[in-house]
This record gives sequence, C-alpha cells and structure tokens, in this order.
Amino acid sequence: MAKVKFTSALKRFFPLLTDIEIEGSTVKEILFNAEKIHPGISSYLVDDHGSLRTHLNIFIKGDLISDRQTLKDKVNHSDELLIFQALSGG
Amino acid sequence: MPYKLLVGTFKGLVILREGKGLWNISDVQFEGLSVSLLFIDERSGMWWAGISHRHWGEKLHFSSDEGKTWEETSVPSYKNYFYRSGHQASLKRLWVMQHAGANKPNCLWLGTEPGGLFFSFNNGKLWNLVESLWNHPSRLNSQQWFGAGKDFPFIHSIEVDPRDSNHVYIAVSCAGVFETKDGGASWQAKNKGLVAAYLPKPDAEIGHDPHRMLLCKANPSVIWQQNHCGIFRTENGGENWKIVSGEHGFPHYGFALAIDEKDSETAWVIPAQSDEIRIPIELKLMVCKTSNGGKTWTSAFVKPPDLRSFDLVLRHAFTKQGSRMAFGSNNGNLYLSENNWKNWMVVSQNLSTVNCLLFSLPSNE
Repeated sequence: MAKVKFTSALKRFFPLLTDIEIEGSTVKEILFNAEKIHPGISSYLVDDHGSLRTHLNIFIKGDLISDRQTLKDKVNHSDELLIFQALSGG
Repeated sequence: MPYKLLVGTFKGLVILREGKGLWNISDVQFEGLSVSLLFIDERSGMWWAGISHRHWGEKLHFSSDEGKTWEETSVPSYKNYFYRSGHQASLKRLWVMQHAGANKPNCLWLGTEPGGLFFSFNNGKLWNLVESLWNHPSRLNSQQWFGAGKDFPFIHSIEVDPRDSNHVYIAVSCAGVFETKDGGASWQAKNKGLVAAYLPKPDAEIGHDPHRMLLCKANPSVIWQQNHCGIFRTENGGENWKIVSGEHGFPHYGFALAIDEKDSETAWVIPAQSDEIRIPIELKLMVCKTSNGGKTWTSAFVKPPDLRSFDLVLRHAFTKQGSRMAFGSNNGNLYLSENNWKNWMVVSQNLSTVNCLLFSLPSNE
C-alpha cells in the first residue's frame, strides 16, 4: 500500500478526496485503483491514451517519475506518492 | 417571462438575468475556469458547458435546471486514433455542440480540436468519432486540413437542415465546409467560390478558413460564413459561394456572425481591421448589417467613435434571439441591443475574455 497525497486543487472536483493508502506496484496500478475509490479522477490525471497530463507531476519518495507515457514506474510498499499540478501563470 | 444571457468567459460562466430593461449578473458558475463551449438544446431545454482546464483536460457538463446544478459527463476520446504523423491523437478542445434534429431525440453532434467530429446516441453519455470524416482523404493531406492559430484543425460550426436531419454542414478551420446527406456516413467538400488568399491556389477545393458558419432555418439553402478571406453567402446549399464583403473592403475581416432567423437576406458581422491588425477598424467598435443578402452593408457604432476600442469579438461570442443581440469581447466587455442592433448598451466592462454566449430559452420561473 502506497501513501498517496493529492494536490488540494483536486478537492474542488472530488470533495471527499483525502490522503489515502492505495494498493499497487506501479503508478498505473495506483491510478487505476484510485479511480475505483473516486470515480472519474483518472480522466483528470491522464489523457485519452493513459499518459500523464502535460501539466501534472507525480513524485515517488520525492523523485519525479520517469515514465509519463505508460506510468510503469515502480512503487514499493509504504512509498509516498505525490500528485501535484505544475505551476502556471495567468 | 425572464430571459437569461449565458456568457462563457475565460474565468467562468456568467449568467445575467433581464429585469425591467436591465441585465444584471444573477449567478456565476465554474468560477475561475475557462468555458469553451455553450449549448442549449431547444428540444429538452438542457444546458451544456464545455470547460477547458489548464491542468485537468477538457470536461463536459450539463444542467437540467437552467444552470442551478451541473453534472459532469464523458468527453470524446481519441484513444486508438492517430495524427498524420503517426502520433496518438488527443482531445485538445471542445468547440461546438449541436442537436441532431427533432426526429433524433438524445442524439448530439460535437465538434472538437484536433478535427474530430463526434456523435452521441445517448445524450452525451458516450461519444463516437465520425470515422467517415476522420478518414476523409482530405484530412490525411497536410495541405488541406491544418491548424490556424491552433496547432490542429478544429470544427467550430455544425448546422443541421431542419427539413432533413441527415443533411448536415460542418465548418473546419482550416479545411472548409463539408456536407453530409446521409447522416454522417459520407462527406463532400462544399467550398466552390471561396477564396483562400493565403494558399498558392486560392481557389483550392479544400484548405479554406471559415471563421463562423450559420444556416438560415427558414430558408436552409442559404448559408452565411464569416471567413478569414471575407464574408461569403450561398443560396444553393453550398454549391456555390459568393463573396458579399462590402464595397471597398468594408466589412471584410472578422470572426463573429449573426443571421436573421426568418429573413435569409439579413445578417450582421462585427468587423476587425485585418488579419494582421486584429482590432476594430480605426479602433471604432461597430456592428455591420445587410438586409439585401450582402449587396450593401450599413454600420452602427456600438460606442461613440471617439472612444477608441480594442474589442475583438471571437467566433462564438455574438448571438441573436429575436430582436435581442449580444456580444462579448476579448477584453471582457459585454454589449447588448434590445432592438436589433440600432442601440447598444454596455452591460459589463469587468468580465474576462468572452469565449461564447447564448440567450436562454424563455423560462417558466
């Protein structure tokens, strides 16, 4: 179970969103399981093909994931996974 | 019965309500989010809003209670569809929605960037890419379909023939006008007479840049378009377009277009100076009208001409319903006329960029 922290910006669309432990050994599996808990959230995080949206970042234990396309970065038990939006102007 | 004006801005959906001749903001929805699409389905009264998030992608919402509450529904997916380059296509923006006709309840068309047209049989729960258009030989040709101001071509106008719902026109920037007579099974280009001055062959069959296209419901053989290269009109369903820009090139360039619901000779445009200089001509904000099919145009100043204006009106930011007209500009000004353009009032000078706007259907409230 990884500890998943979501950017607070997502609470506007998913009011019940909290830091949560989610099963999964890759980022893709964790997002798949997050969708079961918060239906619809995956469409906010990944595009038509399952790739991480351009202006989002995911960190595992403080390191940016390397595979934004297929989300195969490994996640170990008790790792902390942060899902943040990139900063923008305007 | 009160009317509402829905204004889709870069920073939210602003709803204004008419009362005693004044229009005041009654509600703001989707605060801080860019509203890229507005549509009211006259069959059901359902409101639709497309939201273009900066981080979370394109989203589609509908309301069954005139904007009091909204539900999110699915958006079209380009999964397993590819650009010409072989890279995977992805949804960039929701541009325009249209109902598919009175005899096709729950059926909707949706035009998008990067150039895909979608159809829903179940009121937006699921969207299917219209493959006959996506696989049209012209779309696979980079000199016929291409982006203009955007990275990819986009479908911004969908007009359904009220006599036959299988007969539909779409307009694509850039590609031009396409027609189907079989409900979307096949498509034919309808651009004869248009001019693409930016191409080596300005009379090319495909590669045109209609900015906005509207079909006269009372006389569906008449279609108007404000094009990148002038104002055009057809009287034979797109078989031949004729340029109806005014004498001496005024009006000519612009994005916004409104047409009369009953009189196919009457239309309005809001001209900009030129492609290179996208501001009101000589900084004088005006609306131009023709009542004779574009043979002549007359103009009305929206503001006193000595008040220099930088308002540019985007393609979906001009609307008409009966004798009421309204438009919003890129710098957040909102103007309204209660008497078919003769007099204009400034409703707001404090909005964000106006992407799109619509009058509501009469309410029972």
